[in-house]
Amino acid sequence: MSQADLSIHGQVSRTGATEIMTAPTFSVPAKKMAMWLFIIADSATFAGCLVAYGFIRNATPDWPRPFHSITNVALMTFILLSSSLTMLIGVQSAQKGDKAGAFRWTMITAVLGILFAILHIREWMGMFAEGANLFHNPWGTPLFGASFFSVTGLHLTHVLGGVVALIAVAIRYQGGRYNADDLEITGLYWHFVDLVWMFVVPLVYLLNLAH
Amino acid sequence: MATPDTHTSSTTKDLIVYVCLLALAGIQFFIAYQNITASQMFVRMLTVAIVEAGLALLFFMHLADNRGLRWFVLLFTVLVILGMQYGWTDAFRLTDGVPWAK
Repeated sequence: MSQADLSIHGQVSRTGATEIMTAPTFSVPAKKMAMWLFIIADSATFAGCLVAYGFIRNATPDWPRPFHSITNVALMTFILLSSSLTMLIGVQSAQKGDKAGAFRWTMITAVLGILFAILHIREWMGMFAEGANLFHNPWGTPLFGASFFSVTGLHLTHVLGGVVALIAVAIRYQGGRYNADDLEITGLYWHFVDLVWMFVVPLVYLLNLAH
Repeated sequence: MATPDTHTSSTTKDLIVYVCLLALAGIQFFIAYQNITASQMFVRMLTVAIVEAGLALLFFMHLADNRGLRWFVLLFTVLVILGMQYGWTDAFRLTDGVPWAK
């Protein structure tokens, strides 16, 4: 193989062996592709939970509608959607080379995530105080508590995991160990968490609103 | 690296998408207070949620910029989620088709 062919099809490694160079799948770097595969798998997990919840809700004639106010869930939705915007601004700052701006906006995103989690836990505490938990529901079928806390708990776990990841990546980005691509990949995960919430709100909260 | 102009237009586009997402979320809350059946409410809310998810995927997660990846994600996710729908008939059978149903 000539040198010209090698520049197209392969390269000579330090050991002298020719390594086949392949273009990244869909022109996406391997790290980003791994995150997309995780997102696809995780969306299947959430879809499974939401379909199971829908099945239980549909098959239970006396399903309770315990939510009287949408204020808290509306505020949580606003915070999570806004955190997606701050994440985008953070990634754009990193791509422009504005390290301080990228760090600041990513940390703002993490703070919004913490705020979301606090509101979520406060809501849970209110429900615990009324006697609802994973195994008991004062308004009727215990399946309500099991499905509500499972779905929202899985989402909350993702939010908390995302907050930890955002803080860790932002600190390492500022320290020079990570680059703008790493921040963008973490942003992908954060937008996914936001995307899942768009389905959790109508199915778990709004369809169970007391009229 | 993108030029400042590209970044400005990108930020404007992101802001527009963000406002659209807020508006769509508002529509979901509006639907929740409509005097309609639960199944009508479910269909309308799910439709709005799918539009929201599409906007987030295309513009926040930049799938609009990568045709190959867009089809890859769409095909796998939609096929898996559609595959999960096989059990719905049983959920209706439990409430309507068995001897002890109301």
